[in-house]
Amino acid sequence: MRFLQPIRKIIMAVIVKPVTRLWFGLNFLHPERMPDAGPAIIIANHNSHLDTLLLLSLFKTKLLHRLRPVAAADYFLKSGFSAWISLNLIGILPIRRDRKRGEKDPLNACYRALERGDILIIFPEGSRGAPEEMSSFKTGIARIARQFPKVPIIPIYIQNAGRALPKGKKVPVPLVFSAIVGQALYYGGDRAALMQQIKLSMETLREEAPPLHWQDTPNQRSDIKR
Amino acid sequence: MPSPTLLYALGFVYGLLIIASLISIILRTRKQGSSELGQRIRSWWIIIILMTIPLLLGRLAFLVVMSFISFVALKEFVSIIPSRMADRPVIAFTYLLIPLQAIFIGLEGYGIFLVFVPVFAFLALAYLMTTYGKIEHFLPSLGTYQLALITIVYNLGYVAYIMYLPEGCNEGRGNGAIVLFLLIATQLNDVAQYVWGKSLGRRKIMPTVSPNKTWEGFIGGLLTSAAFIFVVAPLMTPMRFPDTILLAFLLPLAGFIGDVTMSAIKRDVGVKDTSTLIPGHGGALDRLDSLTFTAPLFFHLLVFSSYGPYAQSCAPV
Repeated sequence: MRFLQPIRKIIMAVIVKPVTRLWFGLNFLHPERMPDAGPAIIIANHNSHLDTLLLLSLFKTKLLHRLRPVAAADYFLKSGFSAWISLNLIGILPIRRDRKRGEKDPLNACYRALERGDILIIFPEGSRGAPEEMSSFKTGIARIARQFPKVPIIPIYIQNAGRALPKGKKVPVPLVFSAIVGQALYYGGDRAALMQQIKLSMETLREEAPPLHWQDTPNQRSDIKR
Repeated sequence: MPSPTLLYALGFVYGLLIIASLISIILRTRKQGSSELGQRIRSWWIIIILMTIPLLLGRLAFLVVMSFISFVALKEFVSIIPSRMADRPVIAFTYLLIPLQAIFIGLEGYGIFLVFVPVFAFLALAYLMTTYGKIEHFLPSLGTYQLALITIVYNLGYVAYIMYLPEGCNEGRGNGAIVLFLLIATQLNDVAQYVWGKSLGRRKIMPTVSPNKTWEGFIGGLLTSAAFIFVVAPLMTPMRFPDTILLAFLLPLAGFIGDVTMSAIKRDVGVKDTSTLIPGHGGALDRLDSLTFTAPLFFHLLVFSSYGPYAQSCAPV
C-alpha cells in the first residue's frame, strides 16, 4: 500500500479537492480546530458517501497517509473492485459489524491505528441515515476513547451532502456543503458523559450551520435567527 | 486584439485597486484599518484578475467563464433556499440550462436566447415538478426555482451576450469595453452606496429588509454613479446623449433593487451570506446580486439605442 501513496496524493489534488471545492462548494468553519498531526479521532454525522470524500478534502495533503476512514467490512468489501478502491485509494479501516460471541474485539484495528499515530474518521451513527437527519450515536466511539484518553476527539458537522447524494441515489446534484469543526473533546473517565458531550457538541455545531428550513425534513428549526 | 479603450479602462480599474491597497496598508500601519478591509481588497484583486483574463482572451473564453460564474451562483442559491428532497431532478434541470443558454449565446441566437428561459424553461420546469407526484409545497417550490432561473441563469447570460453583439458598432473599441463598463458601473454603484451610507447615512430606507441601507446612501450612490455613467458611457459604449441620461438614473436604481431583493431572500431563509467563497465578501451571489438586475436593463437600453432590429446590425445613423 505504501507505493500507492503518491497516487493517492495525485487523486486528492486532481479529483477530490477540486470536486469538493468547485463542483460542489464548501463553507469550512473553524478550520483552525483541525488537527495538525495524528493521532486523532474525527467524528461526523453521516448521510452520504460524499461525507468521506468531504472529510478527506478538509485535511492538508501531507496528512493524507494518516487518514483512515473506519467503514463496514460487509458493505465496502463486497466486490473486488470497490474493495480495492476502498482499501488502497481511500484507505479505509474495515470493521466487521457481525461480531460473534467469543471473537476478539472488532475495534482492535482502530486501537492499532491510533497507536501508529493515524487519524481515524468515524461516523458514529453507524450507517447513512435518512437524508439530513441525525440518528443516535453508537457507543463504540467511547470504547475507543477509553483506551486513548489523551487522543483528541474532533466533532465535525456536515450539511448538505445528504441532499447532494442521498442513500440510494446515483447522480450527485451540486450543492454547497458546510463543514463545521468543533472543539476537541477528551475521554474523562465516563462513557455516558462523553456520549452526552458529543451529542451536545454536534447540536451546537448544527446551530452554526446555515439554517436550512427544508420543507420535508422533520428536524427543521423554528428558531430562525433574524 | 484588445482595443486601447479596453486596456485604458483596465488600467483605470487596476489603478483604483492599487490606491485602495495603499490606503489599506497605511491604515493598518496606523492600526486603524480593519482586517476585513484588507481581506476585501485582496479578494477584489483575485476577482478582477479572474475577469481580466477572459476579457483579453475574447468572447468564447468570456462565455465559458461567465457560465462557470452562473453555475457557482446558482449552486449557492439552491443550497440556501427551502426545497424538498424530491426536487433533486428539478435542481439538476436548472443546472443544465446554463450550458444550453451558453450554446444559444455562442450561436448568436438572439430570439431563442431571449425567449427560452422565461417561457419554455419556466413551463418545462412546472411540468417536470408534477412528474414525481409530490404536491405539498408545489407552488412555493416552483416559485423559488423560477426566481433562481431568471435572476441567475437568464440575467447573467445578458453579460455574456454583450460580447456576441455585432462587432464594429462600438467605433473600434470592441464589445469587451461595453462589458467592462457594465461591470465597473454596477460595482462602483455598490461601493458608492456603501460609502455614502457609512459616512452620512441616517434615515433608513427599508429597515425590515436591509437595515444598513439608508436614503443618504441610496441618493449619494445614485448621484455618484449617474455622474460616472453620464461621463464614461459615451467613452466605452455606443450609447449617446440623451439615452445616457436614462441609463445614468436607471442603472443605479436597478443595482439598488437587485441588492435589496437578494437581501430579502437571505433574510427570509436566515443566512447572512450566501456562502463563504470570497473572504471579506461572502458568497459569489453576494457580489453578483446587483449585476443580476443591472445586466438585463443595460443590455436592452443598449440594444434599443444603438443596434438594429434583433441586434443583428448597428443602428442606422
